[in-house]
Amino acid sequence: MRIELVKRPQHSALFSALSPFIALALTLAAGAIMFLFLGKNPVEALYYFFIDPLREVWSLHELAVKAAPLILIAVGLSICYLSNNWNIGAEGQFILGAIAGSILPVMYPDFQSWIVLPLMLLMGIVGGAAYAAIPAFLKVRFNTNEILTSLMLVYVAQLFLDWIVRGPWRNPAGFNFPETQTFHSFAILPEIWPASGRAHWGFVFAIVAALVLWFVLSRTLKGFEVKVIGQSPRAGRFAGFSRNRMVIFAFLVSGALAGLAGISEVSGAIGQLRTTISPGYGFTAIIVAFLGRLNPLGIVAAGLVLALTYLGGEAAQISIGVTDKVARSFQGMLLFFVLACDMLIHYRIRIARPVRTAKAEGTAEEPAHA
Amino acid sequence: MLESVLITIATAATPLLIAAMGELVVERSGVLNLGVEGMMIMGAVTGFAVAAMTGSAWLGVFAAILVGAAFALLFGFLALTLVTNQVATGLALTLFGLGLSGMLGESFVGLPGIRLGAIDIPVLSDMPFIGRLLFGQDPLFYVSILLTVGVAWFLFSTRAGLMLRAVGDNHASAHAQGINVIGIRYLAVLFGGACAGLAGAYLSIVYTPQWVENMTAGRGWIALALVVFASWRPWRIVAGAYLFGGVTIGQLHAQALGFGIPSQLLSSLPYLATIVVLVLISRNRRLTMMNTPASLGRAFVPDR
Repeated sequence: MRIELVKRPQHSALFSALSPFIALALTLAAGAIMFLFLGKNPVEALYYFFIDPLREVWSLHELAVKAAPLILIAVGLSICYLSNNWNIGAEGQFILGAIAGSILPVMYPDFQSWIVLPLMLLMGIVGGAAYAAIPAFLKVRFNTNEILTSLMLVYVAQLFLDWIVRGPWRNPAGFNFPETQTFHSFAILPEIWPASGRAHWGFVFAIVAALVLWFVLSRTLKGFEVKVIGQSPRAGRFAGFSRNRMVIFAFLVSGALAGLAGISEVSGAIGQLRTTISPGYGFTAIIVAFLGRLNPLGIVAAGLVLALTYLGGEAAQISIGVTDKVARSFQGMLLFFVLACDMLIHYRIRIARPVRTAKAEGTAEEPAHA
Repeated sequence: MLESVLITIATAATPLLIAAMGELVVERSGVLNLGVEGMMIMGAVTGFAVAAMTGSAWLGVFAAILVGAAFALLFGFLALTLVTNQVATGLALTLFGLGLSGMLGESFVGLPGIRLGAIDIPVLSDMPFIGRLLFGQDPLFYVSILLTVGVAWFLFSTRAGLMLRAVGDNHASAHAQGINVIGIRYLAVLFGGACAGLAGAYLSIVYTPQWVENMTAGRGWIALALVVFASWRPWRIVAGAYLFGGVTIGQLHAQALGFGIPSQLLSSLPYLATIVVLVLISRNRRLTMMNTPASLGRAFVPDR
């Protein structure tokens, strides 16, 4: 038996809509098998993982808290990936945004005014964009591979955060804990409905960013430029689009959004800087971007799904005692299935038996050479 | 003192050398597998676990090689058979490997590991200065040297190596010549995975015999950078790996001595060095273009 791919004359609209759902279903099936191996009842485990966190209002708020950074980062990444710029360093841009945005409340805690929060958000955006500008500049100026440079900068950012929180920015009254002082009330990103849960305005930023980028990508010349350069750089050149300017544009946009996600997380969800401020949001957002098929509206839905795996991991750890590391395996598997299912959009699968294949090849030989 | 520093540089360089040598063969066949970090960390956790459970370091090494290859097969099935985007698929492999290894390794955190000890060739290893350096290393050090010799010979002196390079440079022509493009790429990808698994086992069985989550710490990515740095030539990988080994060990010694430099800045040196080296090497556009396998990262679907 052999699997053959037959190219479809045009890409299948049906499967472009269906493939993320098929991928989710396959991930759940694979997850059930994984739980069997861990010696847990798969139905119970999947229930705690994917249903239980959705049953309470406070828990839905937590979902929004986790989804906000994922969506913000992933919509930025979609611009990068659509234009063929492989920014995989969003985690570092997230961290630098958080650090730049924290300058005011940490270094000037006495400066208390309503203007502090908007300035913090702005500085977070600038910090993330500036950090993303490094791999973009190196790619444009020196032709350096942006995948490797952006990734290396993640490690540098993590170490920088570790240093600044243990060193110059450590809370003098904090009993030597590696954390900054907690932000004053003017530096806190408020909750949306404080009465019912913790979800902060970062989630609103995420939705707005997704809507704006959806509009840019589907309704403007810039969006067209992004896609043309990504799909056919040659055609883009003939159309007068500059590849280099697109590299800078894509990296700046995604860096800015990752930076906004970083400062929103710190001022909304955490309230201070610590040595670790992200459970891998910048990497998980890559999965979100692909599960959302690089469409900002799809990414909103995908961000909620991936946020659920974080919550599910915690819930399953508490209720059935599996390690919360299961969540990250789930996320990795999901990306595999998404990529595999996307193949269905462009190809039809034909399963050929060996005998018939040999015959078919034998007969196909002559017309091919004729 | 200098002798022992050189030996530790060799142990820091060997995993990079092994992983990069595997990826070099993969990229020479025209496939970009960004999953080195994922295959490496799976090799590290498997190697540690099997060695700890069986008491045999060698069984751990072999298990790590098999798991690395199995992970590579997963990549191959997606990227070669289902023609998914190679960059994204490699990333998926890395993310999945990091997640799965954390899950599988959780019960091994903090357990004492089994070390694969250094071998000692009598008489020769007693030679002053170079004795222990050349004749008293761990067995995998010699494997890494043999691997380099073997890959260099295979790629440039055998017919199969020529075919592999042809596939990497122009898959359509190679296909028209009757070469099985996909088959060769599968073999190259499997070889790369086996090397990455071995490199991971080196970390958890030789370098520091213990299991720590994320213990590869970006070494798989540095190995990928080394392939670019070496402009896809085996012997230059040795130079690059030892350069990075030197940076890693140098910064560790600097941390021990103090100097008042923040340890985090020193720890980030290998990553910063990677960026600097990449910039220096890719600055010359023509040289890079000349050396890069022309079909690198491009999907191939045989039109029968």
